[in-house]
Amino acid sequence: MTNRSWLTTSRSAAVLLPILGLVAAIALWWLAIVAFSIESFLLPTPGAVAAKFLEQPGYLLQQTWVSFLETILGFGLAIVAGVPIALLIVRSVILERLVYPLLLAVNAIPKIAIAPLLVVWWGFGQLPKVLMVLLVCFFPIVISTAQGMKSTPAELVELLRSLKAGKAQEFFKLRLIYALPQVFTGLKVAISLAVIGSVIGEFAGATEGLGYVITSSGATADVALAFAAIALLSVMSIILFYGLVLLEHLLLPWAQETR
Amino acid sequence: MIKLDGVGQVFEGRAGRVQALDGIDLHVQENEFVTLIGRSGCGKSTLLRLIAGLLPPTYGGVAVAGEPVTAPRRDVSFMFQRPALLPWRSVLSNVMLPVEISGGDLDRKKYVERAHELLELVGLDGFERRLPHELSGGMQQRVSLCRSLIRRPKVMLMDEPFSALDALTRTELSEELQRIQMELATTIVFVTHSIEEAVVLADRVVVLTPRPGRLREVVEIDIPRPRSLGQNAHLTEVAQISAHLHALLAEKQAEIRPVDAR
Ligand SMILES: Nc1ncnc2c1ncn2[C@@H]1O[C@H](COP(=O)(O)OP(=O)(O)OP(=O)(O)O)[C@@H](O)[C@H]1O
Ligand SMILES: [Mg+2]
Repeated sequence: MTNRSWLTTSRSAAVLLPILGLVAAIALWWLAIVAFSIESFLLPTPGAVAAKFLEQPGYLLQQTWVSFLETILGFGLAIVAGVPIALLIVRSVILERLVYPLLLAVNAIPKIAIAPLLVVWWGFGQLPKVLMVLLVCFFPIVISTAQGMKSTPAELVELLRSLKAGKAQEFFKLRLIYALPQVFTGLKVAISLAVIGSVIGEFAGATEGLGYVITSSGATADVALAFAAIALLSVMSIILFYGLVLLEHLLLPWAQETR
Repeated sequence: MIKLDGVGQVFEGRAGRVQALDGIDLHVQENEFVTLIGRSGCGKSTLLRLIAGLLPPTYGGVAVAGEPVTAPRRDVSFMFQRPALLPWRSVLSNVMLPVEISGGDLDRKKYVERAHELLELVGLDGFERRLPHELSGGMQQRVSLCRSLIRRPKVMLMDEPFSALDALTRTELSEELQRIQMELATTIVFVTHSIEEAVVLADRVVVLTPRPGRLREVVEIDIPRPRSLGQNAHLTEVAQISAHLHALLAEKQAEIRPVDAR
């Protein structure tokens, strides 16, 4: 019993457990290669991937930085564009009916289908990748923000009205803050999609970035390099995700317990 | 202080018209304590919301302090059935909310002091910096009471404020409320489900009939104050009046409800 509670409550366990999981997965990977004697051009050993990274750490980190920038810029733009649109949708039923089906339709398009078009329109630079990230992040951010804005309990709205609060006060002191936990839920979904979006963008045509590293390593059958790039992508995803979780903890301590 | 003239309220809902209130004539004097009882759904909350200016009456006139009510007023406070605290604000900051919303003309420092006094009064000193989710339901309701008192309202509208409290806290708070009312010369309209509470607190008890809510009877309570839910609840006078009120409420139940009974 004491063991179990230590594993679920202690802080060091909260850090140690994920690391343990990771180490176990890598060990399993390595064991599989040894046990089934898988050829290294099909599946490299963890050691070979690490060696690949250490061979050219500067280059790989540079490519990571490129993908990271695309992801962050697109994600930021999606927030800047998505939150106001969500607010407008919540304010007006007419606008909601006008815009919502459109949003759904755009979201239903497989983003991979658009990627080559973006290249045609904007070339091989950073812009089409940022736009791709924007496209994939936009919808979850709009939906969760709109949902959050609508979730204000009627009794709190009535309380503010009984205190003779103005519309602006009602918005800033109540509705906006009340929506934040749900906005964060949307952001956490969006940030993982954002990384995928940047890779899709790079697949369609790029000269740099981790997605580009993966496609070009395919041409030379350098599987270990592709794996190194994939590992960097997932590390980036994890850091971005937990960055948001940390931010949420700092900004919304009140939201933790009420879940 | 509060004047209701022929007030009626009709709700047009999806399921059709609901006549919530009809023909309510009631004058509440300054510094009077009126309690409102009636069966669930008879329009008690609606009546309070009309007085608060949260809802315009379908017909009839509502006036507070001689002025027709068209919007919420700063000198009228509303205390809800549930605590309605903002979850991200500390206890102190929740109590200060009305002051903050009124804006710059108020002397903030003076009100912070008052907030501390009020919190001490209801036994919450030391909890000023806690968040609402760290408090019990009864403690939250006491914070809500402090919040409704912070601006020294002339009129307090209270919708079953103590229904979630244990008997002892309820007794203490209702004594405190009477004391505050005398000190501040507040006018109070207080909705409750407890007949005894209605009798012990009130100068007059107003009984509403269900659907539509009409005045059934207004009963004057002539027991000297201060009164306590603890010691006075078992006085013969209280018992007699309670029995009478109970009969009034039950009578309506028999007359109107059988249609619904399965
Ligand atoms: N916004 C609304 N729209 C439609 N009908 C409403 C609305 N508010 C209240 N009603 C109806 O008006 C009637 C009175 O409601 P009210 O909340 O005033 O009752 P109450 O006496 O406070 O009941 P309780 O003791 O259960 O709190 C009910 O039949 C209710 O269904
Ligand atoms: Mg009610």
